[in-house]
Amino acid sequence: MVEIRNLFKKFGSVEVLKGLNLDLRAGQVNVIMGPNASGKTTLIKSILGLVIPDKGEIKVLGEKIEKKWMYRSRIGYMPQIAHYPENLTPLELIRMISDIRKGDPDTQAIIEWLGLEAFLDKKLRYLSGGTRQKVNATLALMYDCPILIFDEPTVGLDPVARLKLKDRIREERDKGKTIILTTHVMSEIEELADQIIFLMDGIIYLEETPEKIKESQGEASLERAIARILESQKTSIDA
Amino acid sequence: MIVKRLITAFLLALVWSASLSAQQSLSVCPDCPLKTLSEGIAAASPFDTIYLQKGTYYENDVDINKPLVIIGVGFPVIDGREQGEILTITSDSVLLTGVEVRNVGTSYIRDQAGIYLKQVKDVSVIGNRLINTFFGIYLEYSQHVLIKDNYIAGQARDELNSANAIHLWKCHKVHITGNYATGHRDGIYMEFVDSSLVENNESTRNLRYGLHFMFSNDDKYFDNRFAENGVGVAVMYSDRIEMTGNDFTHNWSPVSYGLLLKEIRYSKIWHNRFLKNTTAIYMENTIESDVFENDFISNGWGVKIMGNCEEVVFHSNNFKGNSFDVSTNAKQNYNKFNHNYWSAYTGYDLDHDGTGDIPFRPVKLFGYLVEQVPTSIILLRSPFMELLNHAENVMPVITPETLKDESPKMKPIIW
Amino acid sequence: MLKILKYSFKDIFRSKWLLIYFGFFFVSTWFLLYFTNDPSKGLVSLLNIILMLIPLMAIVFSTIYFYNAREFTELLLAQPIRRHTIFTGQYLGLSLSMATSFFLGSGIPFLFFGVQNSDSSGSLINMLLMGVLLSFVFSALAFAISIYNENRIKGFGLAILVWLVMAIVYDGIFIYLMVRFSDYPLEKLAIALSLLNPIDLARINILLQLDISALMGYTGAIFNKFFGTAMGMAISVIAMLFWTIIPLFFYLRKAGRKDF
Repeated sequence: MVEIRNLFKKFGSVEVLKGLNLDLRAGQVNVIMGPNASGKTTLIKSILGLVIPDKGEIKVLGEKIEKKWMYRSRIGYMPQIAHYPENLTPLELIRMISDIRKGDPDTQAIIEWLGLEAFLDKKLRYLSGGTRQKVNATLALMYDCPILIFDEPTVGLDPVARLKLKDRIREERDKGKTIILTTHVMSEIEELADQIIFLMDGIIYLEETPEKIKESQGEASLERAIARILESQKTSIDA
Repeated sequence: MIVKRLITAFLLALVWSASLSAQQSLSVCPDCPLKTLSEGIAAASPFDTIYLQKGTYYENDVDINKPLVIIGVGFPVIDGREQGEILTITSDSVLLTGVEVRNVGTSYIRDQAGIYLKQVKDVSVIGNRLINTFFGIYLEYSQHVLIKDNYIAGQARDELNSANAIHLWKCHKVHITGNYATGHRDGIYMEFVDSSLVENNESTRNLRYGLHFMFSNDDKYFDNRFAENGVGVAVMYSDRIEMTGNDFTHNWSPVSYGLLLKEIRYSKIWHNRFLKNTTAIYMENTIESDVFENDFISNGWGVKIMGNCEEVVFHSNNFKGNSFDVSTNAKQNYNKFNHNYWSAYTGYDLDHDGTGDIPFRPVKLFGYLVEQVPTSIILLRSPFMELLNHAENVMPVITPETLKDESPKMKPIIW
Repeated sequence: MLKILKYSFKDIFRSKWLLIYFGFFFVSTWFLLYFTNDPSKGLVSLLNIILMLIPLMAIVFSTIYFYNAREFTELLLAQPIRRHTIFTGQYLGLSLSMATSFFLGSGIPFLFFGVQNSDSSGSLINMLLMGVLLSFVFSALAFAISIYNENRIKGFGLAILVWLVMAIVYDGIFIYLMVRFSDYPLEKLAIALSLLNPIDLARINILLQLDISALMGYTGAIFNKFFGTAMGMAISVIAMLFWTIIPLFFYLRKAGRKDF
């Protein structure tokens, strides 16, 4: 459960978040979507404490996160593209994280599940984008965290891995975890989303279940419904 | 020559004293019939030997006016109780040895001394101790004198209230050897003293000079050690002085030199070691002299040579780790530097003949700057200053263009 | 904290940069000693290395490291660790490895050439310690500059500029003031100006051993009396520590509020 109240963030003169109010509930996949530069990543980074909001409040599992850091032990995070120290191997990376976070990580099963065994001793710089994403996924999932954040998780993954990951996300949701997912891939949204949060220009443009969105726009497919929303938005700007 | 003659004189004196001891010897001791040295001298005939026995004698103005041998047995002490002079030698052919003389008072009017030699010759003062004697051993108008193995310690605190350990005025052919002088104004002072030899002495912690020559010619000083004096040795208004094999060490203080030369001509400075002096050699008005095979190590300034020096030749010296090797106050230079080793030299030797292929300029722009603005010493070895030095080195504007060693050695010279 | 230090070390030791850093000091010191064959001459050359190259290498290497460690930093930031722990750990990791590289790189050749047995050994140890202190100072400056400048070209340029000013330009202005106002008593100003530049502080500290004879000269004695006493030594070391702590303070303050 993540609660966001009146969140503002400016980068220089650019206002990225303009007073966000949002509840990301447990036991559902919360998909955050929106055009580029709509504030998705900033929102996620704010939850993680990588970005410090100018104003507003974030509560993770009922606790304010401002100037806190322990709460991060209850979040599994899979960042957009793996930006990791290039000189390390996946194994070292996994060991390091488990060394820092302590606890009892379930790495072996995830490595086998993703088929990473063969790459564990290779330096990250020699790994393909997809393999790096798998390493990313391992780091996010190796702890049993009540909150899981995936930032564009399937980019670069092969179809098999993509399927596996989607299944896993569903499983985790069914365990009652709070899943936060950003993606541009409509099919994934259709498949996974329990709640859609549509960000645009730093505000929540829409917060609904996929069914209701389709219903409201009178479209059978979510993709079309959303396209319509964007279209109407554009017209209103043009007007 | 002088050495030989002095040694001969000394040996003659010994032989003479030995041959005559049979004649008569007197003993002076606090419980003897002769209770003081003065009584002993009065009782003695010329060429007698007086044995001054162990004990303390309170005497002043003892006049040794006969040729006598006076031998202290077990270092008797003659204490002047700060009431004036103690021993005065006014007769030729006196040998004084083994006596401790102490506590001559300070006087601003008279040159009071522990042992005063007035117009005498063939006198030997050997192996005595002089403690707190204002002037230690004072010689005037004397010749063929041997001052040997005496220990002279004063308690000088400032120059005005202190005097010299060994003081010579208008003497010649004096041999000063193996003495230890400390705590005075000057360790050894020589004014109008010719053809004399100063060797193997140690002069340390004197306020002004370790050894001081004024208006003295044809003298030599060999193998002495001068440490922690105001100035190690000062040679002024003198000609033909030979300075060889001496150590000048730690003559450190705000205005301190290892060797100070002023109005000197035709002299030789050879095989000396200058270690950690503020300035190793300061030269003013020094003419036609040779400085060769000396070590200049870790001094503030190796050589400060003023513009009025001419025809001074520096060759085969080692300049190692001095903050400034050479500095001068003039744009022109009439002296020569050849075949020296400079640790600051960064040139190369492509033909491997042991001599650097490009000349070395020991005078640095920064050295000049420090002369003008002493405070700038705080920027010593600053990279910025090194850059300036380098620029000046390539194109001398301020430093004398001719002051350079055309044949710097690549390795230290072993002599 | 120790864990962050451990992984920073691991990361640094893995990169070839540190090896280059070590190799540079090792080779140049070895070269100097081999060709001069005179430890007292070697010490003077080492002095120039310490005053010019340590600040330059430390500031350049730290800037590069900081920008390149961005991914590593971001990874750590998403973990349950306090921000200050991460940033302090990275600073210590880098500055300690650089200081060690320099200490060993320049120290080993001197050991090999037998300086420890000569009377220069005190000067050598003092010099190496000054080099270590300068590594800490310039690494802290580099981190502070880098964290305030998102643009790495700008950050890098600024770092070089800071080095140029402190290593060279500062002394140029210093000497200009000394010459320009030479009619006034300048000793106190000179001491104050020296305290304001870590490179000057390191240099003077080394001079106290290397050029003590010159510093016993008339004005030199005043500086010797200030910097040469236990009090003066303490003041100059504290001043150098300030030069580490103040940039670090700004660096950590910024790190606590920066968005990644």
